[in-house]
Amino acid sequence: MRAAVVTFPGSNCDRDLVVAMEAVFGTSVRRIWHQESDLPSLDLIGLPGGFSYGDYLRCGAIAARSPVLGAIARHAERGGFVLGICNGFQILTEAGLLPGALIRNAGLAFVCRMVEVEVAETSSAFTRGYTGAATVRLPIAHHDGNYVVDEEELARLEGEGRVAFRYRDNPNGSRGSIAGVLSLRRNVLGLMPHPERAVDPLLGSVDGRPLFSSLLAAVGR
Amino acid sequence: MKARVAISYREGVLDPEAVAIERSLRGLGFDTVTGVRRTKLLELDLAETDRAAAEARVREMCDKLLANPVIESYRVEIS
Repeated sequence: MRAAVVTFPGSNCDRDLVVAMEAVFGTSVRRIWHQESDLPSLDLIGLPGGFSYGDYLRCGAIAARSPVLGAIARHAERGGFVLGICNGFQILTEAGLLPGALIRNAGLAFVCRMVEVEVAETSSAFTRGYTGAATVRLPIAHHDGNYVVDEEELARLEGEGRVAFRYRDNPNGSRGSIAGVLSLRRNVLGLMPHPERAVDPLLGSVDGRPLFSSLLAAVGR
Repeated sequence: MKARVAISYREGVLDPEAVAIERSLRGLGFDTVTGVRRTKLLELDLAETDRAAAEARVREMCDKLLANPVIESYRVEIS
């Protein structure tokens, strides 16, 4: 597995994501600075959680226009895997690599807790390993996780089986209780819950592991 | 030239902060208030001297960065 994690100014889950990926993949993970526009050949690029550029303008807006995003778009275009978690999800929607947008939680408060999430779609390289587990436990920690799409796009996402994860008990007002969505080609996933914080029993859940092991199996090396 | 860009949520996007503001106003007894909307106002100084060119430039900025068309619409005023 040739994987990399991008760091933007204000990212704060980048190291956690590297640690989780290395634990599951058994290979070292590259770290990429957001100014890089020429990337080595990779199987997977991870966009971590945090507060890139202090959430100025809109969450993820400024990071989505940084040089590395051009390279990530080309990687996705070639069919490479891209995983955006929390702020990484916000960045992917801002970059137009995933539909919709994430705005302030309906309850206005920052929500930081373990939640139950339904794996709504197991036919993707990210979720294939979640067989038999209808509901998993993953932590969320965000202020702007309220997923917005219009009716038409929502119907399209549902119809195409692109809603990968759905909250059991909607914590933020997301349309259709959506917690994670796939791109049309199913090689880009964005989700608000943090699978990288659920890879060790000491962290209270290991339900994030199948996401990484699914990717490892899909890449096959 | 100077530009003012007003960015607001599109019709149909429920803004929880605007809802909270409206609720708070009503709590204070301003019970005739409805439809509170928040708008972000950006003011820019531009080197352009032609009004149409300045407006076109600012619209390009809005499309590339300042507004997210999925959830927001914008108005541009040049002076």
